Amino acid sequence: MLRFALRKLLLAVSTLIAVSVLTFGLFFVVPNNPAELMCGNRKTCSPEQQAVIERRMELDRPVVSQYSDFMKGIVTGRTFGEGATARRCPAPCLGYSFRNDEPVLEIIKRTLPVTLSIVSGAAVVWLLVGISIGMVSALRRGTVFDRLAVGTSLVGASMPILLFGPLLLIVFVYEGGLLSYPQYTPITENPAKWASAMFLPWLALGFLNSASYARLSRAQMLETLSEDFVRTARAKGLPKAKVYGRHALRAAITPIVTIAGLDIGTYLAGTVITETIFGFTGLGKASLIAAINLDMPVVMATVLLAAVFVIVANVIVDALYAVIDPRIRLG
Amino acid sequence: MSDQRIGGPVGMAVAADPVGPSGPPSPTARQIVGRSPGQLAWIRLKRDRVGMTSGGVLIFFILLAAAAPLVQRLYGKGPQERFPRLLDRNGNPLGYLGGIGPSHWLGVQPRLGRDIFIQVVYGLRTSLMVAFVAAVVTIALGILIGIVAGYLGGKVDAAITWLIDLTLAFPFFIFCFAFVPMAVAQFYGPRDQEPVWFRPALLVIIFALFNWTYTGRIVRGQVLSLREREFVEAARASGAGTGHILFRQLLPNLWAPILVVFSLNVPSLITAEAALSFLGIGILEPTPDLGRLISDSIPYVRDDPAFTLIGGITLFLLVLAFNLFGDALRDALDPKSTR
Repeated sequence: MLRFALRKLLLAVSTLIAVSVLTFGLFFVVPNNPAELMCGNRKTCSPEQQAVIERRMELDRPVVSQYSDFMKGIVTGRTFGEGATARRCPAPCLGYSFRNDEPVLEIIKRTLPVTLSIVSGAAVVWLLVGISIGMVSALRRGTVFDRLAVGTSLVGASMPILLFGPLLLIVFVYEGGLLSYPQYTPITENPAKWASAMFLPWLALGFLNSASYARLSRAQMLETLSEDFVRTARAKGLPKAKVYGRHALRAAITPIVTIAGLDIGTYLAGTVITETIFGFTGLGKASLIAAINLDMPVVMATVLLAAVFVIVANVIVDALYAVIDPRIRLG
Repeated sequence: MSDQRIGGPVGMAVAADPVGPSGPPSPTARQIVGRSPGQLAWIRLKRDRVGMTSGGVLIFFILLAAAAPLVQRLYGKGPQERFPRLLDRNGNPLGYLGGIGPSHWLGVQPRLGRDIFIQVVYGLRTSLMVAFVAAVVTIALGILIGIVAGYLGGKVDAAITWLIDLTLAFPFFIFCFAFVPMAVAQFYGPRDQEPVWFRPALLVIIFALFNWTYTGRIVRGQVLSLREREFVEAARASGAGTGHILFRQLLPNLWAPILVVFSLNVPSLITAEAALSFLGIGILEPTPDLGRLISDSIPYVRDDPAFTLIGGITLFLLVLAFNLFGDALRDALDPKSTR
């Protein structure tokens, strides 16, 4: 068990280091003149401005020490530039956005809660709705409910959010007038307003993902139901609810947990389309804006953060396996 | 497909033989006809009504996109032509449903006054072209890497598996945001005009770099089970080189899963391309594109909802047809699979 955990952890750390080296190289080494890229309006960027940027971002130093400074900054914090223009970036320093004149961490602190709110609510919706529809439809195979669920989920799984998001806006906001255009309010300020602003994104992401989760869990459950241990449990006289609810469900849900972990990790990294359609500024939108403006420190930090989310989600999923499915022994 | 039999013992397709004892007795059962696995799959596909319908819709879309210049000539309006007289003072189209009528079948674009139908036709062309080319490159890369990893095993396999995990850990969208503007800035200065082919080519490269993992994994899994089979051993015993075994012996047995992966890869690439163009980092003006058409429509969704819905529904139908056809193809090639 301990060896398994250590090996997984080692693999996760090595992947993370590889991601950080690759992104760093891509943004700060590959471009022939990173200072010119980050200059803002490139058409009017003078050589003097470029020199200032180069000095402030320490682009003139060797690449290896730039990278190690970046990593050290996460632990100890760092200061960019000197004299009157010096900018302090306290630990954990993920870089400094000179475009916005603030540490990258501040931008993340502002935008991550928005994304977190969208994803957490939507994940609850799609896991509850998707898995329960899939399970019921597998247990009632061939009934009207099953056929209806299969048809709806087939269509829903192909529905692009580019159609469904605007459709929800038209139905609920513009034509129906049931809701006002969503406006983010932090949950700590006003939970009711927060929930009502989040309603449409939850519905959009929740419905679209429910469809694929329903398909997946139906298929998994059907496969599990045909296995010997389910028949044995039934044959020895266990009540149906116990066989399906405890024995079959645990086996069927394992692959779903894998995919859910990956999905949630990926979504935390950015629900940028949802954010754009409903007018939120979350992590995804912030990194899109930064990328279009070539604000490299912000992009670098968000790519890293996103990779952390995916990798941590993977580790959690691996740990959950053993809890959910007794047939899996870690080792 | 029809010459698959020549390739030697066929893995999946033999297992998929429907003329077993449980198969329904057909009128032709008395006279025994030799059929290749490809022919059998085609017969099964023809019986699948959903599959045939979605296949028909797909052919319609592909023909429409391929014949876009012809459609333009018959329809009489180009993608860049503007019709400002059909807009009111605020730039909104006159008439109902965004100006839908006999001369403009899907209405006109608010403010710009372009015809939406011809935009959709040319947009389909862009979407399909990018998605198809990207899918072909992706699959080729995935086959190559998967087949090598699966057959050679050992350290090569471990390294490739790690590479797959690494690729999966990269956040695709955020990475695209970072990569596209940078690559453009790298090749073209602030005053240069990008050539028309540059963005589509860039998108194809990015999609291939991120998407091969899925094909690679599937091919690797298939090869792992195939490489211990007798025909591979026989080839090795008769002195065949690694290259011959990989591409002449193993590859012909992989066409069925590869075809299925391909047909399910295209719709996801169409969605991804539309998403990137929607976000403003994919295809740019003046090349027509479905994702950008939707993004153009978002500011007017309140006054002209029909515009948004037209772009969205086209995308939806395209993706749905591909997904349904992919499912039908999988059922036809591998009837044992339950999904």
